Amino acid sequence: MPVLAKRENETNELQLEEAVSPWREGWKTFKKNKVALVGSGIVLFFIIIAILAPLLAPYGINEQQLSIRNNPPSSEHWFGTDDFGRDIFSRVIYGARISLWVGLVSVAGSVIIGCFLGIIAGFYGRWIDTVISRIFDIMLAFPSILLAIAVVAVLGPSLQNALIAIAIINIPNFGRLIRSKVLSVKQEEYIMAARAVGMSDGRILFHHVLPNSLAPIIVQATLAIATAIIEAAALGFLGMGAQPPQAEWGKMLADSRQYIIQAPWTVLFPGIAIMLTVLGFNLMGDGLRDALDPKMKS
Amino acid sequence: MLTYTIRRLLMLIPVLFGMTFVVFFIIRAIPGDPAQVILGQQATKEAVAQLTEKLGLNDPWYVQFFHYVKGLLSGDLGESLRSSAPIKDEIWPYLAATLELSLVAMFIAIFIGVNAGIISAWFQNSWFDYVAMILALIGISIPVFWLGLMEQWAFSLELGWLPSTGRENVRDPVEVVTNLYLIDTLIAGRFDQFGEVIRHLILPSLALATIPMAIIARITRSSMLEVMRSDYIRTARAKGMRMFFVVYKHSLKNAVIPVLTVIGLQVGLLLGGAILTETIFGWPGIGRYIYEAIGFRDYPVIQSGILIIATIFILINLIVDLLYVAIDPRIKYN
Amino acid sequence: MTKPILQVENVKKYFPITGGILGKKIGDMKAVDGVSFHVNEGETLGIVGESGCGKSTTGRMLLRLIEPTEGTILFDNRDLRALPKKEMRKVRRHIQMIFQDPYASLNPRHTVEKILEEPLIVHGIGNEAERKKKVSDMLEVVGLTSYHARRYPHQFSGGQRQRIGIARALMTNPKLIIADEPVSALDVSIQSQVLNLLKDLQKEFQLTYIFIAHDLGVVRHISDRVGVMYKGRMVELADAEKIYQNPLHPYTQQLLAAVPIPDPEYYQADEQAAIQFGTLPSKYVIDDSWMNIDSERDDLIEVAPGHFVACRLK
Ligand SMILES: Nc1ncnc2c1ncn2[C@@H]1O[C@H](COP(=O)(O)OP(=O)(O)OP(=O)(O)O)[C@@H](O)[C@H]1O
Ligand SMILES: [Mg+2]
Repeated sequence: MPVLAKRENETNELQLEEAVSPWREGWKTFKKNKVALVGSGIVLFFIIIAILAPLLAPYGINEQQLSIRNNPPSSEHWFGTDDFGRDIFSRVIYGARISLWVGLVSVAGSVIIGCFLGIIAGFYGRWIDTVISRIFDIMLAFPSILLAIAVVAVLGPSLQNALIAIAIINIPNFGRLIRSKVLSVKQEEYIMAARAVGMSDGRILFHHVLPNSLAPIIVQATLAIATAIIEAAALGFLGMGAQPPQAEWGKMLADSRQYIIQAPWTVLFPGIAIMLTVLGFNLMGDGLRDALDPKMKS
Repeated sequence: MLTYTIRRLLMLIPVLFGMTFVVFFIIRAIPGDPAQVILGQQATKEAVAQLTEKLGLNDPWYVQFFHYVKGLLSGDLGESLRSSAPIKDEIWPYLAATLELSLVAMFIAIFIGVNAGIISAWFQNSWFDYVAMILALIGISIPVFWLGLMEQWAFSLELGWLPSTGRENVRDPVEVVTNLYLIDTLIAGRFDQFGEVIRHLILPSLALATIPMAIIARITRSSMLEVMRSDYIRTARAKGMRMFFVVYKHSLKNAVIPVLTVIGLQVGLLLGGAILTETIFGWPGIGRYIYEAIGFRDYPVIQSGILIIATIFILINLIVDLLYVAIDPRIKYN
Repeated sequence: MTKPILQVENVKKYFPITGGILGKKIGDMKAVDGVSFHVNEGETLGIVGESGCGKSTTGRMLLRLIEPTEGTILFDNRDLRALPKKEMRKVRRHIQMIFQDPYASLNPRHTVEKILEEPLIVHGIGNEAERKKKVSDMLEVVGLTSYHARRYPHQFSGGQRQRIGIARALMTNPKLIIADEPVSALDVSIQSQVLNLLKDLQKEFQLTYIFIAHDLGVVRHISDRVGVMYKGRMVELADAEKIYQNPLHPYTQQLLAAVPIPDPEYYQADEQAAIQFGTLPSKYVIDDSWMNIDSERDDLIEVAPGHFVACRLK
């Protein structure tokens, strides 16, 4: 193409610069954020504990030694023992499994269903949007824990049902987030450009709308895991979640409550475990927000 | 603004209707024959049939729903199965208890949260800032019910400084007028009991205030930092401590919006947290009223109780939204 | 030789205006209100008008990115409005668009390679190796290098991004390109480079252009014919020469008088001085009361060969 071979090129100074994807830039910011790294460290710590629980726990979850009921922390029982003479340290370690499981799975469920509904509402609009948005409004009109209690009341108290209840109550949060994100991305000119190229709605959705909505979802999901863990513990505490003898942190608190005077350690350690895990996810979520989605800062 | 208000109010109607619908169906989805459950396994067939008839459970669901909504519209919340009293009459003391607790908690949260946020921002990167922000971080991560338990253990059971449960000194009660005991004791001129009521309020309201306080402190701080970047504040800062108070006033005004946001966001948490706090501190509030009703399968109470909380919740959110628009003209309403 | 590739007949777009407490439809915003024109193969039709007159809406309706309220669009003698959605998507291979804002019209999360490859994937053109080859060829064609393929849009300057936008439009070998103010977001010095590029490409690929702009200056040298729009209507349509030397409609004359101090590379100072206002043959009259009030407007009438003006017979 001789005619076109030589063309004025207004700027060439970028020639040697590396290709920088928006994700990689986010990662760079995140790496510099010490607080966020501490948070991720805590999260990682609990994940490892949860995975290696059988190796790390010195005693079984239900290993009872009635001779040592409500014993204070000692070299054999680092966190003391509870009313059945069970080792609290081991139970707290196994509790990490339950809490992380509930947190991750329930949020995954909310994200999937919430995104699905939110995308349909935002992308197709019209009456579908109206119906879905109204349903979200109605769900959000209940304080979340109250709705969770109501759902568990219907399904019956168990850990699994608590997980389902928590997943349900978080759906509208993600649904709304995605819907508004889709609506704003839809206005972008590159979406118009994608349609002009001849792209189908489905491809536009998966290649353009979703990837551009991902950052706030990740941030929101991380923070939601923190809330979900607290909610699961709260349901456990109210007797509407995990059932004995499961070593769920909230349930452990509820069961040890009456011995708080004789054996405060039975209440202290499960609570600290909840707090630390939640703190980890909160710090990580804050860091991710700063790194991925600076505009979301309120 | 007026059309906006009217429009928002109109938009509430379908939401309220939908809520009623949802609650109505959740209650009916609870497994088991309600009449049987209420009367227990030993109940005779006739008694069960009679109660079923009385509860109107033989009608098709839409008839039941119609009756329920009709009742609601005429202010009839149904009848408690446990006490046979109209819910309308017995709910207020519970509601008032929750109201008193939540208002005091919100007051504490706003007072401490806003001040801590402003001071932290002013002395950015000082030890105060660090400590306050670390506490705030812990505050948003702490489970209310655990905090309540630990408070109860430390200040009441171990140290014996404060009462661990209830609203007042039950041996010497004051005549009830409003059911807000802070007001009732004052009406009766009983300052000793007024002090008692405050002592009873301290632990539960502190537990309930923690999360909103932490969030308010964080948001106030960051919005303050933004304001402080403006030249006006920079010069003020350069002039030293005396200016602190001038700026403080200015800052307070700026804190209104973030605090409003948080109130809007936290009312749900507060009402939800109230259920847990009330359980721990034996606080006879609406949360406990509903929670106990679940235990007794007192369906009308569960139904109307949830509906009332949800209604309060969306009304507060509406008011917050309207205040928003009224205060900050930059916020577009649509 | 002058075979029309696109014929547009009386297209309209009314956007609903909503309001009131319930957000009901209370009226129509007539963004485009009955526009007709045709484009011949290989030529450039300029469409000019002030901001908000409906140029972009018209351009987007041609691709059915915005569904017209009314009217006919014939492309290669096919009625586009009658096509099912899927067929319409296939037709878009032959009609491409270049957008005004090179910052907004490229997906910030995609590399240039992905952006350019996508039209090929969508239309099932070539295998992976062929597509990659075409991407790097096309980058060279628009004056970038294949080295740029791995980068993200935010790593380019405005002019470079517009070149990427142009490359994307060329990927599927389209016949018609709708360029919606392709240079108005660029610095004046870069505008001429991009305009030159567009002209070169037209020769090389036998392209037909619809070139949208908001002032007559930019369109002048690239257009064969020019249509002037005002408030959703076409008021004058003629060969570029005629529009510039013998503008008949008062609105065109007004626009011409307002042509900004031009880029010296393109315009000589005396060119502007040479603008003369023509006079309408005496049997026609222009009623321009509509310019201020919303009254009945006149259709285009061919007052001289190839010269259409919105007017009526006396
Ligand atoms: N989706 C829409 N809904 C309602 N009104 C719209 C919509 N899109 C465009 N309009 C209105 O239609 C009119 C024409 O818009 P259009 O974008 O076609 O103008 P334009 O000539 O391209 O202007 P510009 O030079 O600013 O790009 C404008 O008044 C605009 O406000
Ligand atoms: Mg435009």
